Order: sequence, then structure tokens, then C-alpha cells
Amino acid sequence: MSASSAFNDEKGGSSNVGEPEYGHDPASGGIFSSDYKRHDDLKEMLDSNKDSLKLEAMKRIVAMIARGKNASDLFPAVVKNVACKNIEVKKLVYVYLVRYAEEQQDLALLSISTFQRGLKDPNQLIRASALRVLSSIRVTIIVPIMMLAIKEAASDMSPYVRKTAAHAIPKLYSLDPEQKDCLIEVIEKLLADKTTLVAGSVVMAFEEVCPERIDLIHKNYRKLCNLLIDVEEWGQVVIINMLTRYARTQFLNPNMNESLLEEGGGEKAFYGSDNDDDTDDEEDKEEKEKKKTEATAIVKRKPYVMDPDHRLLLRNTKPLLQSRNAAVVMAVAQLYFHLAPKAEVGVIAKALVRLMRSHSEVQYVVLQNVATMSIKRRGMFEPYLKSFYIRSTDPTQIKVLKLEVLTNLANETNISTILREFQTYIKSNDKDFVAATIQAIGRCATNIGEVRDTCLNGLVQLLSNRDELVVAESVVVIKKLLQMQPEQHSDIIKHMAKLTDNIQVPMARASILWLIGEYCEHVPKIAPDVLRKMAKTFTNEEDIVKLQIINLAAKLYLTNSKQTKLLTQYVLNLAKYDQNYDIRDRARFIRQLIVPTDKSGALSKYAKKLFLALKPAPVLESPFKDRDHFQLGSLSHLLNAKAGGYQVLPDWPEAAPDPSVRNVEVPEWTKCSSREKRKEKKADKPFYSDSEGESGPTESADSASDTASGSESGSGSEESGSGSESEESNEESESASEEDEEEEGKKKKKNVEKIKARKPVPESESEPSSGEDVKKSEKKSKPRIGSSESESEEDDDSESESSESEEEESEEESEEETKKKKKTTASKPPSKPPKKENKKEKKEMSLLDFDDFDPAPSPSQVTPLNNFLSSSLVTDLEGLSLTDNVLSPTTIIPSGNLKTYELLHRITGEGLSVEYCFSRQPFSPDPHMVAVKIQFTNSATSEAKSLHVEDAKLQSGMRIKEFPEIEVLPAGETISVVMGIDFCDSTQAANFQLCTHTRKFFVSIQPPVGELMMPIFMTENEFKKEQEMLLQSLGQLMGMNEITEKLTLEEKCQGEHAVVQRVTTAANLSRVPCGSDKECRFAGKTVTSGSLVLVSVVTKEDGAAQLTVNCEKMVIGTMLVKDIHQALTQ
Amino acid sequence: MIHSLFLVNSSGDIFLEKHWKSVVSRSVCDYFFEAQERASEPENVPPVIPTPHHYLISVLRHRIYFVAVIQSEVPPLFVIEFLHRVVDTFQDYFGVCTEAAIKDNVVVVYELLEEMLDNGFPLATESNILKELIKPPTILRTVVNTITGSTNVGEQLPTGQLSVVPWRRTGVKYTNNEAYFDVVEEIDAIIDKSGSTITAEIQGVIDACVKLTGMPDLTLSFMNPRLLDDVSFHPCVRFKRWEAERILSFIPPDGNFRLLSYHVSCQNLVAIPVYVKHNITFREGSSQGRFELTLGPKQTMGKGLEAVLISSQLPRGVLNTNLNPSQGTYNFDPVTKLLSWDVGKINPQKLPSLKGSMSLQAGASKPDENPTINIQFKIQQSALSGLKVNRLDMYGEKYKPFKGIKYMTKAGKFQTKGLLRGRAWDLKN
Repeated sequence: MSASSAFNDEKGGSSNVGEPEYGHDPASGGIFSSDYKRHDDLKEMLDSNKDSLKLEAMKRIVAMIARGKNASDLFPAVVKNVACKNIEVKKLVYVYLVRYAEEQQDLALLSISTFQRGLKDPNQLIRASALRVLSSIRVTIIVPIMMLAIKEAASDMSPYVRKTAAHAIPKLYSLDPEQKDCLIEVIEKLLADKTTLVAGSVVMAFEEVCPERIDLIHKNYRKLCNLLIDVEEWGQVVIINMLTRYARTQFLNPNMNESLLEEGGGEKAFYGSDNDDDTDDEEDKEEKEKKKTEATAIVKRKPYVMDPDHRLLLRNTKPLLQSRNAAVVMAVAQLYFHLAPKAEVGVIAKALVRLMRSHSEVQYVVLQNVATMSIKRRGMFEPYLKSFYIRSTDPTQIKVLKLEVLTNLANETNISTILREFQTYIKSNDKDFVAATIQAIGRCATNIGEVRDTCLNGLVQLLSNRDELVVAESVVVIKKLLQMQPEQHSDIIKHMAKLTDNIQVPMARASILWLIGEYCEHVPKIAPDVLRKMAKTFTNEEDIVKLQIINLAAKLYLTNSKQTKLLTQYVLNLAKYDQNYDIRDRARFIRQLIVPTDKSGALSKYAKKLFLALKPAPVLESPFKDRDHFQLGSLSHLLNAKAGGYQVLPDWPEAAPDPSVRNVEVPEWTKCSSREKRKEKKADKPFYSDSEGESGPTESADSASDTASGSESGSGSEESGSGSESEESNEESESASEEDEEEEGKKKKKNVEKIKARKPVPESESEPSSGEDVKKSEKKSKPRIGSSESESEEDDDSESESSESEEEESEEESEEETKKKKKTTASKPPSKPPKKENKKEKKEMSLLDFDDFDPAPSPSQVTPLNNFLSSSLVTDLEGLSLTDNVLSPTTIIPSGNLKTYELLHRITGEGLSVEYCFSRQPFSPDPHMVAVKIQFTNSATSEAKSLHVEDAKLQSGMRIKEFPEIEVLPAGETISVVMGIDFCDSTQAANFQLCTHTRKFFVSIQPPVGELMMPIFMTENEFKKEQEMLLQSLGQLMGMNEITEKLTLEEKCQGEHAVVQRVTTAANLSRVPCGSDKECRFAGKTVTSGSLVLVSVVTKEDGAAQLTVNCEKMVIGTMLVKDIHQALTQ
Repeated sequence: MIHSLFLVNSSGDIFLEKHWKSVVSRSVCDYFFEAQERASEPENVPPVIPTPHHYLISVLRHRIYFVAVIQSEVPPLFVIEFLHRVVDTFQDYFGVCTEAAIKDNVVVVYELLEEMLDNGFPLATESNILKELIKPPTILRTVVNTITGSTNVGEQLPTGQLSVVPWRRTGVKYTNNEAYFDVVEEIDAIIDKSGSTITAEIQGVIDACVKLTGMPDLTLSFMNPRLLDDVSFHPCVRFKRWEAERILSFIPPDGNFRLLSYHVSCQNLVAIPVYVKHNITFREGSSQGRFELTLGPKQTMGKGLEAVLISSQLPRGVLNTNLNPSQGTYNFDPVTKLLSWDVGKINPQKLPSLKGSMSLQAGASKPDENPTINIQFKIQQSALSGLKVNRLDMYGEKYKPFKGIKYMTKAGKFQTKGLLRGRAWDLKN
């Protein structure tokens, strides 16, 4: 009641438009009250003590806002009530604040403290609403406060508050994009949240703030897929759309084989029959050729196997087709359309057809999408043809869209039904729709040769229709159809010529004139007569008709000048004095061109060619063709134009990126660590805020964390062998990044200090005392603050580094740093021993923290075993970095049988063919890289110049060391170069461009897993101990790092020598000398992270054998087993 | 996402605006008005209108345009579906969703919109949750509120917001525990003049009104679930059980909700329950036309046709009609040329008919179209597809609820075309 009265008062007060807004109390209102006094009554009410009065006042104010009236002058009076106890008053005040705070920033600040108090309230609803309002008032000054509040709320107990935090992220981002980095951290944290309530909102935030950071999704991918069905509807839409994009970057095209083979053959032929005579042009052939070559390439490739994660997504979204929410159904439909194998896409048709019974707006959008889909996948909707029949009650825009779909679905078998249906449409009252129908008939006729004549005859019948619009539209369509085969239809042209007497619609008249002019030789008697009639009426015609008359005159003049010379002159003269300058210009131009004068230029010779050239028939295409490069269901697709913020749907990758990035560690651990993390975050919060106040939190934070993660990857590789080594290098790189210019000596000294400082601090995650925890986290945050501060905190660096590793940053590291590390590693052996113990503990920690993609930790958990191995490896490593030529592998590795792969075929390379092989030599500039020998052969007739690598597109963490540019490669010559690639221990391909002076070729190198490792020398004892340790270290995780497979050796392969030969060919490993000839052992480590790889093959009776691979990296292990298995059994 | 919302009435006035991000000037609606002017019919306004800086996405319900202002990429259906949800919520709260109702309850509307969207992204759209946050206005409550000064706004976070069953609030109590299910089927058909069916399909919904104490867990099973070709569920239905056993298992929301909508495929032959014979002729040169229309029941399984309503858009040339209904009342609007005949119940013994003459515009040529005739009807106590509920069981609570199931068939978009097909063009030539 009160609300209604408020509104009515309001209305009563200002029912006349333009009357100023006065108070609502009749006593204070009136014409005489001056402007500054308005709203005085409201102010009074707001100042009163009674909640009911306040409420009443607020209700009136909200009613004013709702009608778009300005209520900003009440700001001071309203803002006072922000702390009001009455919850409804409070809510309405919030509404007011959110509306006007932007305009009155200073006053809005008064309310901030209330919200800050609200953020601490025990009631989650109040906490959430405080955060909502705080983040909704767009006042730039409070950005730091907002940031702090969001961070805090992101670790709130209540999922509802966390959801609100997720909602607040895009708000803050739009207010201050500088905060992006901090916000990404919060997003990352919230992405890990396991409640369905949060999932949708945080993905929404992700989409608005950092849609490009697809790497953040890896870890949460499976969780999101599994939660999806329980997420609220709106969240489902956002998540599904995001996952569509994700899947496009991470999985292979399920239609890869099909699409290439089929479209090259079957489907093309089908389309070919549709438009038999007109479109078989050059382009098409070229395309086919390309496809053929691709198809052959495909045959060589392995058969496609769908990634289980890809399958998971498809499986988990399918039930949502049954959602009551049209947006969800559409989202799933587009996901299937873009991601599913062809055979499975059909399931969406039924659901989409169901949506067509919804509100007309929904129909409109769905039909747009169906129209696009039906071009690509016609078969999918064919069974539902009748659902697209048009009802007289449909709005015109729906009718037109349905018509579009029906036209797309038309084929030889159903065309007669469709045409019958179309005929009834022509009788409709809705003239726009009739016009569209005639157009549609025209399109059917062009696409389906069988019915062309029928359609043409039908359309000719329409020419006698009483409705002029129908006739006009038919003329236009007939014109297009006739262009396809004019010879056979001179009678139709004659018939149309007669129509010029009756038809008044300019477009139709123009079309007829054009037709007669174009095909005047088919109607030699009628054409001049038409021109005669037209010349008579010329002055009264519309402009487009006039232009066509001139056109007709010119053409007739060229073909039949005897009869039409005078007429043409006359028409041109009339046109010369026309009001429209276009027509005057055209007349002048044509006169010059066709009438031979003594001055006429060179062009008049070609006049015939100009006017009577054979014109290609127009292609009547669906306006929805090629729209599917926009993600279906999106606004951009609907408008066929890129809307702001549209994320392009990427193309499928050539080779699937490493699927292991989505692996998640054992849940138990995740839980404890995330709890731990949360604790840490909480603890360091006050610290954060301070630092933010002082200095911009972004830049320095970045660099610090980068180096930290970088050093991890570096250190990881050494750790595997040495343990003691890496720590030092960490510090080194850390400090190096801090003060790049510092001299070596000083560094050394500092290192010693660091060591001392660290020693007494026992660190292990398993038993952190709470105080220490806090301390640690404080330290952790330090390097992010700024380089100026971190300088003084030497002793924290290593800790910060270890905790940093939790944040699965992409491991990017500049090369200099690695090099620097190497240098220090080599130069400082004496400082190793004291740090050993420390190191081990740290590694335990990292073992938990690293995921598969991160460099793996060393196997050395058990102290005594560690010593000899590490020392041996240390020497190795030292050797590596000093001499570049470590263990002379030649003795172990069978050389000569290196497999070469083709990088660029002679034909595609236009004479330049490129092959590569993995040379299995250490790559001297950087030992973490795999050396790839590339051999260029120039079989062209001319020389190739400046061969070089450009524009490498690498997965995160991957690096490439290009070979020096080859200046000239003369024809017929061959040259070899070596380049280094750091594959990050994954078999993902390195993509880059190979450039010559004229061309660029996209090429990619994909390493077999066996090339990702390098041999190490080991004794049998060492081998056994390592193997044992690898098993022990992960204790309960048994099986994670040992893979055993039984196999039967191929006949030729029985015998020790053959086994050794085959294994070493398959993988770059060295044989471990061993007593028994029944057992062959091999050892190696991965190139990038240096994780140990141990392989043993135990042969038994009659060819039976057991293959065991131990490796911390499960993926590598699994793939290696497969490869070796293959090598041994084939 | 959704930046602002404008409510526009049929005369083109903006009577409510709400902004979730910074304020967008209402002049942005000028683009909408432009499109509205261009459209011949109100429903022909394109749902999505691009403007230089924004996109306008609108829905038309109850003669009110709900115009959402969008600034960047968003799935259009997302917005459209949300706007419809807003309308549904208003309807749920105020009984009707008219301009007057919205204006009367402007504060509640504002509070609702505030809860439903945060920063343009939907927050709480379940009506159960909203009703806990903001109490729907009832006369009693408004009286109490004005006296005591208490409010419509709940103080606690609705439990549903956090629970696994977000559509149901906890602590529901009723003295009479009842669960009613209405199986309503609509038949859409296009029939040509000779009476043969061009397309016919049946769509059905099961609307429920459940007033049960506590947290009941219901299962509903059908005698013939195979009839259901394509279904869409309320989120409460467990999809897995449906897939495996064709049983609807769910914890119902409190109050009214749509449990299921389904489609009966057109492959099954649909029995058309009514037939129409009509003969409308115009003679060339004469200013008179003849109109004859008879209808009768057909395959109704013994149930009577009720609430029969015939409507037809006559050609423009018709000036007026002089018709005689055998029963019911008829009406012809000379401006819109809309003929409507409220037949009422059909008595199979005495078939209703409408006969008479039409006067045509003098000099106008003969209208070439036989008008399309739209038919509406209801059949009580029968679901045309033959769908039958087998049983309803309740678990999780001790009491015995009262259960009721009602069937009904309605005509959806049911029309008879005035044209005999396949005559105009001979496709065999």
C-alpha cells in the first residue's frame, strides 16, 4: 500500500509533462515554492527518528529513480541513513547509493566505513550485501579498499559471500583495469572453489577480466565439467560457452579425418550437383587439390582417438539439452555444433526444434542459429522439416527466418513438398513475406536443377498476379534465373517485355529492361520496340529505370544500330538534360563510348566488349552462409558483426597440446594445501593492503614471481640429479633479478649470508608451526611488493620461491637467467655441502606442489642414498655447462640410425625441402634444449636466400633457439644446421615459421617422447637403488611412477643385442651395464627438468618379456612404454 | 552483461528504468522507438537492435516492452530468457504483469530487480528464494506493514540459496498436504481445406501445485512414458533416473511450478478432434460474397469440445458481414477485418454453423485468398496423446498427502488453410 501510494503521489505531483518536480506534501508543494526547496519534505522525513517515515521517504525516492527523475540533490540526506537499523530502509539507501555515488564521489565516501563494518558482520547476508554495494559504487578512490574486500571475501566461509566476491571482480576491473593482475589471482583462487554456487560467477568474472588466460582453466576443467549439471542455469550458459572455447584450443578436431576425406569427395560432389554449371571454377579445383594432399597427409597420421576430457565435456553437457532454459539449450547446442563428431551433432536438433515453441523472441534467435547450422549440417534438421512450416500468425521476422531454413533444407527429395508449401505462402496478406517467399523460390531453383523449369514457369504465372508487388518481385527473381540459361527462354523474355506496359514498380521495370538489353539478340524484333516505348515515357521514369533505358539503348545501338540509332540519340539527348547528375554523367559517358566520332578515344573500339560481355549468373546464396565462424548463439553471430568483447572461437590445433595439464593431484593433498594456502593468504592480507597503498602492486610483483617460477624449472632439473646444486642457483637467479647489475663478488658474499640465515629455519609443510606459517606468508608476499623492499630480505628468498611454486605460474624464464644460473652453479662448488639437508626438505614440499607440468622433483628423499648419485650427476652437470660435451655418449648410443622426419615437403616448399632429425647430441648453448638437426635441400632452380626462423608459436614454457640465418642456399645444394628446442618435457609440437626471402612456411616439430631425454651413465647398483627410491618416495602413490607391461618380443628381436638396439633407437637412453643377459636396463633423464627415466626389459622364455619404466612424470612414462613396446614388438 | 533495463508501454513511454552499471541515458531507447515505428505489428520489432554504442535486446509481454541495454558480447538468448523470467516473477508476485501493477509496486519491483541481477549477471532467479528475500505484497501484509512499520524484506539469507536444493526453502509447513498435477496438452496443427492434416503435433506440460510439509521426495511414473518424444525438465528433476527408468524423481519446489514440458512426435498419428468445413466465395464484379462455415467433433474419445472459438482474418476488401450463427455470438471488426465467433460447447447432435453474406468494397477486385481459420477449443478430462500418470509416491516424509491429477487438451496454434494445396503449379511438368 505504502509503495503504491508513494508512486501515485509522485505521479500526481508531476502528471503534466514539463512541470518541475516539487515536494509531495501538498503543504510544501505548489507553484510558489522555489526550486532549492524542493524535496524539503523528503529531507525532513529522512532526518526524522521514525523508521516508518524514513521508509516512506526512501520509497518515494526510489520511485523517482525508477522513473528516471533526478534525485541527486537528496544525496546528503540519504547517505546519512546508510547505517539505519531497519533493513528495508538500508536496502533502499543502497539502491540510491549505487545510482548516485558516481556523481557525488566525495559524499559517497561517507558511507564507506559502514560497508567496511558490514564486511565483518557475522551474518553472511550482510557481509555479502555490503560487498555488493561497496563494489557497485563506482568511486575510483576506494579501489584499494575494494580490492582488499574482494580478496578477503574470496576466502570467506560462506559460499554466498564468495559468489558475491566473484561478482565484484568484473566491477572492480571495469573501474580500474590496472588491477587486472591482482584480480586474476583472486579469480584463480575462486576457480579452485568446489561449490556450484561460485562456479558460474567466477567463470563469468574470468570471461570479463582475463578470457585469454586459458591456462587457468586446465586444473579446473574436469571439476567444472562434473559440477556443470548442478550449477544454476545462468552459470551453466557462461561455463559452457567458455568450455567451448577451451576445448577448441586443447583438443583435436574430431572430424579431422572425415571432414578432409569426405568434403574432398562425397560432400563436394553433392554440392557440385546442386550448382552444376556455374561454380566449377578455378578456386574450387584448387581447394580440392589442397584437400587431397591434406587427405593423404591424414592417412599417414594416426587414427583419431578422442581425448577422454573431450568426451567428458560432451557427455556432461548432453543432459542439459533437456533444460527448461532456452539459453542453456542453445549453449549446449552450439557446443555440440562446434565440438562434437559429426555423427553426434544430430542430438541437438530435437532440442532446438523444441525451443521453437517458446516465445517469439526465443524463436527468432533459435531460428537464426538453425539457419546457420542447416547450411553446414542439412541432414540434421531434415526430419523436422514440418516444424518449420509457417503459420499465418507468426510475426513477419519469424516467417522470413523459417523460410530461410526451409530453403536451406530443400533438396531433390523434398523440394516438391517445399514448393507446394511456398505456393500457399504467396497468397499471404503479408507482403514482405510474399516477397521473401518469391526470393526463396528463386534460390531453390538455382540450387536444385531439376525444379528450375518448374519454378520458372511458376514464377511466370505469378507475372499475371493481381498484386503488383508479387509481380515485381517475380520479375527480379526471373531475371536472375534467366541469366543462367537465356537461350531456352526467349518466350519468357518476350512475355516480360509485354509487362512493361503494366508494371509500375521501378525495380521490376529496370530488371525487365536489363533483361531485354542483355538478351536482345534473342528478341531482335521486340527489343527496339520496347526502347521506343521507353523513350516516350523516359522523362517520367524513376532514376533506376532511366539508367536501364540508357543501358538498353546503348546495347541496342551496338547490335542493331540501323533500327535504333535515332532512338538512342534521342534517349541520350533526353538524359543529357536530366535533373539527376548520375543520369547526365552516364549519358555523356555512353555517348562517348558508342557513338563513333572522329575524336572518339581508344575505348570506343572496345564498346562491344564492354557492354556485351558475358555476365556471370548471380549466385543466390543464403545470407547465413559462412556465419558459423562466429560462435553460434552469440550476439556477434546474430548480428553477423563482431560485437565488443567477443572472443574469437579459435581453430582446432594441429596437434593436441599436452593433456596432462588437466591432471589434478590426489584430492586429499589438494584439500590440505588449499586450506593452507587460504590460511596464508588471510595472514598476509594487512600486509598487502599496506603495500598497495604505497606502491603500485603490479609490475614488480610480476617480475618477482616470474623469476621465482623460472628458477624452479631451472632448479628442478638439477635437483633431480644433485639436490644441493639448485638451491644455490635459485638464490642466484633471484638476486640476479633483483639487482641485475650487481657484481659477482658481492653476490657470493650475500649467498653465504643467506645460507647462514636459512640454516636454523626448519621448513617443512608437514609440520608448520602457526607462527612460522604467518611469517612465511609474510615473507612470501615480499617479493611482490617491489624491488626496493625485497633487497633487504635476502633470507626469505628461497622460501618465497618454494611457496611461489604453488601458484602454478606459467614457467617462463628468460634465457639469460638460465645461463647465469649455470655459471654460478659451475663456479661455486664449495658452498654446496652445508645446504644439503635443507634442500631435501624443500624438495619434499615441492613434490607436493608441483604438478605434472612443472619440473618434477628429484627422487632423492631418503638421505643416505642420495649422496653418491647426486655427486655423480653434479659432476655430469658441471661438465655439461663447462664443456658442452659431457658423457661421451657415442659409446653407448647407437649412432647412425637416426630417424629423419619431414618438415617441409619439396612441393609445398616450392622446391625447398626440409628434413629434421633429433641428433641426440647435447645442445651446447643450452643443455635444457633438445638438439634438432635440420637439413635443407634446395631442389629448385633458383637459389633460396636468407633462411631463418620466425614467429615461433610455442606453448607456455617452451623455448626455441634458432639456428643462425642461412644467407644463401644455391640450387641443388644441401645444408644442415642445428637448432635447440626446449619442449618442456612434453610432446607438444613446437610451431614456427620457416622463412625464405620470398615465402613463409608454417612448420611444426613434434618430438617422439624418446627424444625428450638424454642418456646418463649409471651402474647396476645405482640403477636398482634409484628404482627402489622412486617407488618408495611416493609411497602410497605406487603405480604412479612405475609402469609395467608384459609383451612378446618379435622374433627378430629376441636376443640382448637386438633389444638394446631397439630400445635405444626408440628412446635416447644409455644402457646400464649388467651381469645378466636376460635383463637390459637403460637410464636417462628428461632434458628440461632432468627427471630420471629408468627402463628395464626382462626377457623370459620364448620371447616373453616384461618392460618396466620408472619415471616421475607419469605422462612421459606412459608414452615411453607405448613407444618401446611398439619398438620391441614390431 | 545487462547494463540497464527500460520498460516501455505500448504508447512508447518509458515508465521504469533500472541501471546495474553506470547510468545509460534513456535516449538510447530512441533507436528502439525507431524500430518500433518501422514495424508493422508490435511483435515485429526485432528482438535485437544494434546501436552505435549499445545493443538493445527486448521482449514483448503483456503489451510491455522490456528493453535491456547491452554493451558487449553476450548470448542473446541469455538476455531474452532472463527478461522472460523477470516477467514471470512479476506475474508471480503481482498476479498480473501490467503497467499499472508495476507502477503500483514500483519499490518491490526495484527490490526484485536488485536481487535478480548483480552487475548485470543473474543472481537469484528462483521464485522461492526471491520470496524469502522479498515478501510478495498481499493486502494483509501491506496493512500490517503500514501499522507496524515492518518491511517486506527478509533479514536472513534464504536457506535455498546455499542448500543443494536451491529451489525449495526449508521449514515449509502445511496443515493440508496436497499435490496437484495438471497434464495440459496443446495441439498445433495446420489443416488444408480438404481436411487433410499438413502438420500436427502435440505439446504438453505438467504443471504442478505442490503444498507439502518438509522435504518430500516425489516420484511420478507414467503408464506409457514412451509417448514422450522430447522433454525438458524443471531443474529439480533427476535426469539420471529419467534416462534409466523413465521415472520423474524430484524434490518439488514449494507452490506452483512447471515440472515438465514434453512433445509427442508427429510420427505418431495425431487424432484431430475437430473438423471445419468452410466455403467462402467472392464473385467477380459483385459486391456480395458468400460465407459458410460448419464445424463438428471428430475423434474426441467421447469427451465434449468446449470453449470453441473461431477467428479469421478476412481479406481487406471485405467491408462488412451479415452472418447468422446457429449458436454463440459472432463479431466482425470492420477496421482490423477480424472475424471472431465464440461458439461455446459443441453439441454433436446439432452442429454449429455460421452462414451469411459479406459486402465487399465496390469496384475492388476479387480477393484471391481464402482466409485462414484459427480454431481454439478445450477438451476436459482427456489428454489427446493418451498419456496417463501411473502413480505418485512420496518418500522422506511420514504424512499421507492428498494427490490429484487433471488432464486437459487445448488447441494451440490450430489453423485451417483456405487453400487447397498443390493446384497452382503442376510440379510434374
